[in-house]
Amino acid sequence: MAQAQGNRPLSPHLTIWRWGPAMAVSILHRAAGQAMAFVGIPVFLWWLAALASGPESYATFAGTAGAWYGKVVLIGLSWAFFEHLTSGLRHFVLDVGAGYELDTNNGWSWAVPAIAIVLTALFWAAILLR
Amino acid sequence: MGNGTSIGRVRGLGSARHGAHHWLVQRFTAIGNLILIPWLLISLALLPGYDYATVHGWASRPVSATLLALICINTFWHARLGVQVFMEDYVHDEGYKFASLAALNAIPLAAAVFGVICVVRIALGGA
Repeated sequence: MAQAQGNRPLSPHLTIWRWGPAMAVSILHRAAGQAMAFVGIPVFLWWLAALASGPESYATFAGTAGAWYGKVVLIGLSWAFFEHLTSGLRHFVLDVGAGYELDTNNGWSWAVPAIAIVLTALFWAAILLR
Repeated sequence: MGNGTSIGRVRGLGSARHGAHHWLVQRFTAIGNLILIPWLLISLALLPGYDYATVHGWASRPVSATLLALICINTFWHARLGVQVFMEDYVHDEGYKFASLAALNAIPLAAAVFGVICVVRIALGGA
């Protein structure tokens, strides 16, 4: 087995496939999830710790979160959440065995990131435009 | 780990029967997130302001504190499962893979405990 591995045919990998919407939405799901795990959770914990530690700590957090770079991170995280949410709902449908017809699958793969951007815009509109 | 026999090549990689459990728990926690995170975002969007008193007053209410603590448990667990898949798929070096999976058994738990302690302090006063 071990010696034979060198000249066995390999499954074609990522680089040779023409990108399709399902591939894009799949990798976006992972990227958004990892972004929330590695950035979102630390920001969430910082926010909780600042609230638990008193007005001065909260002011430090709010100063960073309210600055332009803080807003960029928060808007990015909210987009990651809505992307992961809509994409996750798509996965629930796929899990029950529905939505694999090519047109349906492509359609929802395009719709997922579009809906996520709309939801992100609505969320920030609700906060900033009042 | 040998490479001579089938059993030798898989020995030490963990039980073959844990995948379904991981898959199911990822979906169970996803359902929890489906409620918890929209609740968090809608609550934040509806707050009249983002000064300390307003946000602290909101977070210290029993229902808010309960759901914030549940985020620390449910959502962090979901994240832990997702990062595990990421490590298993993209960290190819066996040493690094073992180190990342070992870290995954400690850091999310520590983060959850820290978050819950913060929520308890917010809810029960102090500061």
